[in-house]
Amino acid sequence: MKEVILSVQQLKKSFGEKEVLKGIDFDVYKGEVIVVIGPSGCGKSTFLRCLNCMEDASSGAIWFDGENLADMKVDINVHRQKIGMVFQQFNLFNNLNVIDNITLAPVLVAKKNRSKLKFKNFKIKIKNLFSKEKTPLLDLGDDLKTIKEKANQKAMELLKRIQLEEFAEAYPSTLSGGQKQRIAIVRALAMDPKVILFDEPTSALDPEMVGEVLELMRQLAKENMTMVIVTHEMGFAREVANRVIFMDEGVIKEENNPKEFFSNPQNPRLKDFLSKVL
Amino acid sequence: MDWSLKWDIFIDKVSYNNWNNNFVKMLGNGLLITVKIAVLGLIIGILIGTLIAAVKVAPKYKLSVRILDKICAVYTAFFRGTPIMVQLLLAYYVFLPMIGVRGIDPEAVGVIIFGLNSGAYVSEIMRGGIKSVDVGQMEAGRSLGLSYGTTMIKIVIPQAIKNILPTLGNEFITLIKETSVLSFITVVDLYQALRNIATANQVYEFVIPYIILGVVYIILVLLITLLVRGIEKLFARSDRSATNSKRKKTRKAKVQL
Repeated sequence: MKEVILSVQQLKKSFGEKEVLKGIDFDVYKGEVIVVIGPSGCGKSTFLRCLNCMEDASSGAIWFDGENLADMKVDINVHRQKIGMVFQQFNLFNNLNVIDNITLAPVLVAKKNRSKLKFKNFKIKIKNLFSKEKTPLLDLGDDLKTIKEKANQKAMELLKRIQLEEFAEAYPSTLSGGQKQRIAIVRALAMDPKVILFDEPTSALDPEMVGEVLELMRQLAKENMTMVIVTHEMGFAREVANRVIFMDEGVIKEENNPKEFFSNPQNPRLKDFLSKVL
Repeated sequence: MDWSLKWDIFIDKVSYNNWNNNFVKMLGNGLLITVKIAVLGLIIGILIGTLIAAVKVAPKYKLSVRILDKICAVYTAFFRGTPIMVQLLLAYYVFLPMIGVRGIDPEAVGVIIFGLNSGAYVSEIMRGGIKSVDVGQMEAGRSLGLSYGTTMIKIVIPQAIKNILPTLGNEFITLIKETSVLSFITVVDLYQALRNIATANQVYEFVIPYIILGVVYIILVLLITLLVRGIEKLFARSDRSATNSKRKKTRKAKVQL
């Protein structure tokens, strides 16, 4: 039995009167590549955005790391560090150069964790003043300089991997769409996520650049990165996905392995959809 | 009007009894105070304005944010709704005596009121700036696990400031010129300095001092315009056009060869 990374139960989402998601049950297993397809406006992007609470679910549960993300009391920021997201419009930070785009979040998170530990140590020190048993101090780990250096080193390795190391100091506005999207993907990778969500990652790219982004995603799939991908690239879905999901009218209409899914669709709506897009 | 006569009276006046040193000193001091209060006011204004703008655009789930939002709305309504002169008069002659504070430096009151007043305007400018930044920038920051505040400070506000620099320059220029009402609370700013010069030595001659006043203001504003352009260029390094302009230069150089 494979480990479940993300488990969604009876997820519902409404915008005002309009119910976009009408109860979705869905599990993501470790190392699995899931492709979500469906007609426009069927709620597939909303569904993906609910998984890391970019949209708060109206009801239902999203289990990740032993906690229910749909619960408003959960510190969502901690969990989002482990759920990467790649956007249609890339969303690289325009005011930062490429390397800072990649290192910003890892460095800030490490710094925050370090200051939390420092605060704990401070409390232990005060406790030690008044008690005979001395509690040992917690290990702070790397100092700030080392944190920064390690993050930079890792970012350079990631950039080397996508052959963009010479663009480390460049600003996003000088890059092509394909380059931006690949950098956005490695920015997510820099956080060592357990799962990455892709929200139509190639829809804003021209055909020539779609290939380079899909190639990187293919590599990630080979390395057993867990991914949930909303896309219109049927060829990619057939080739890379472990499971394909067809969504329509806010529910999952069909779910199967890619071979069966494309060659032997059951749902009439899916048959109709596939006949139009294939 | 006999211009040569006006000049003669003015030159006589400033050179009488070696008074020209005094004239330069008065003009310099007035200029210094005007610039000082406008600059400090703008700095305070940007700080307050940014804070208020952050509250105004924040999601209103929490009660605390909603209360802060209301306070900010009242603040903005007061400081944008009354002339700065009235605010100065109220602060210096009504509010401070009322709470029993006496002998406070009118310049300090000026800086604070200019800061508060400018904060109300900058908050709206900044709000527009924050809204002009693509919402995807905030989403990207949040998706990486950064908090709302951190993403705002590290990502959104730097881009917002870049977008609003020309408008902030405008605000600075307005502040420089509005300092002329500081004389109402006994501050000797540029305007009051020139008035004092005009009435000094019991010779009441206003024409030349007022012309000087206008010229000094224009020079100040032109300098600020240059300064803002410079800062804009500094911020534009992440723009595509910045790299393009470099390229144009090298092309030109090649043509010259």
